Amino acid sequence: MPVFVNTLVHLLLTLLFPPLLIGVINRTKAFFAGRTGAPLLQPYYDMIRLWRKGSVFSRTTTWVFQAGPLVTLAATLAAALLMPLGNHPSPLAFNGDMILFAYLFGLGRFFTVAAALDTGSSFEGMGGAREATFSCLAEPALFFALVVLARISSSLSLSGMLNNFPLTVWFGFGAALLLMVGALFIILLAENCRIPFDDPNTHLELTMIHEVMVLDHSGPGLAAVLYGASLKLFLLGALFVHITVPFRSGNVILDWLAFAGSMVLLAVVIGTVESTMARLKLTRVPQLLISASILSAFAMLLVLRQTP
Amino acid sequence: MNTFADQLLVLVFLLNFIVLGTSRIGIAIRVVAVQGMALGLIPSIIHDFSLHLLLISAGMIAVKGVLIPWLLTRAVSAVGIKREERPFLGYVPIMLIGAVATALAFIFAEQLPLAPQHKELLFVPAAIATLMTGLLILVSRKKAISQVTGYLILENGIFIFGLLLTEAMPVMVEAGALLDLLVGIFVMGIIINQISQEFSSIDTSRLSSLKE
Repeated sequence: MPVFVNTLVHLLLTLLFPPLLIGVINRTKAFFAGRTGAPLLQPYYDMIRLWRKGSVFSRTTTWVFQAGPLVTLAATLAAALLMPLGNHPSPLAFNGDMILFAYLFGLGRFFTVAAALDTGSSFEGMGGAREATFSCLAEPALFFALVVLARISSSLSLSGMLNNFPLTVWFGFGAALLLMVGALFIILLAENCRIPFDDPNTHLELTMIHEVMVLDHSGPGLAAVLYGASLKLFLLGALFVHITVPFRSGNVILDWLAFAGSMVLLAVVIGTVESTMARLKLTRVPQLLISASILSAFAMLLVLRQTP
Repeated sequence: MNTFADQLLVLVFLLNFIVLGTSRIGIAIRVVAVQGMALGLIPSIIHDFSLHLLLISAGMIAVKGVLIPWLLTRAVSAVGIKREERPFLGYVPIMLIGAVATALAFIFAEQLPLAPQHKELLFVPAAIATLMTGLLILVSRKKAISQVTGYLILENGIFIFGLLLTEAMPVMVEAGALLDLLVGIFVMGIIINQISQEFSSIDTSRLSSLKE
């Protein structure tokens, strides 16, 4: 298949697939709770409904508040161009794009926090402080993991790291990779504000992190926030799936299907974790994040000792 | 089979961090038991099969994996405490120090003049890191029972060093070390009970306060 078809599939998947993951997670949680649950496509309906509504802006806010969701969504979409999906290189790939990938999320987070501070609500400021603290604890873990991948694949671009990821790598670096996968899963849950770090369902609790920052958004702005969050889950999930499912058949259609299938499976796993675990006490969250950093730092130590 | 031994040693490293990070004494005891069993498997993996090695392995697993944890669990349930409430140093700082100590162990192991066949293996860094972990737990925890787990981890570290020499180490020496350890833990269990009866707490930082 020519390159542009793959790029087209990449873009379509990026644009249309993410809310489905949220739907699958919610359905899994409903299954564990013994409910029927909302339809799988409910997140799409929600976003369309929000998109049609008008927005209400508080008089104390400035342009920063309105720019928040847009910049966050734009940064996440830009990051989506760097992440390879399926068994294909990303539309944009260059040496060192992994750092841009990590910091595009950083930019998005900065604007979310800035928008939360802009409302002047002490409640949202508290959420912003927590988000900033936890993300700066999660960042070293992500970078150590990226160093491990770069060392194993001797490539500095995400496409090079993740596309040539045969099963044999697991035999050579099993222990290190296992540690790194553990760290990445913790990052995946923390960055996307899932249980055990944050509960995406609670809206009236003093311990929430992400949800509290977006309380004042409404209409299309809120739709952008929700869509951006699902896209972020999709991208970090893709990073995780590339490593945990080293399945590359060479057949184009089969590879795309395998990728989509493993993403849905990941959503089911996240839903299971959320249904079986309670949320951590807020003071325990930094401890878990630091353990993730230690795990991936240790994976890096192990990989650096071994010659690839 | 050295790669499999390396994976077991990675597990040992991980268990070190779990003990450093947990506040539940029951979990710490079980983790130390698993660590002892993992180490017990290693001698029969890395060397060719012999009765002597089999005895060492079986002895290690029986004493460190079953007997000592059983003694400690009994002591814990007799004293009736579940958590190390307030250690001298918090759990996050101690984990970070543990991580730094582990990294330093790797660097230090590089500097040591080791035999060439041991150079590539994880044994020496694992031994130093485990020793450091045991030391950190000994100095940072207040409850006597947590300090016993620290002592056990320290002993595990010494055992990893000894693994490099298992071929040369007579079974009597090994058996003697295990027996010493067992008696040590036994005595500690009794002492912990005594402390808790006398002071109505096994917080060692209170032992310095005078009592009539």
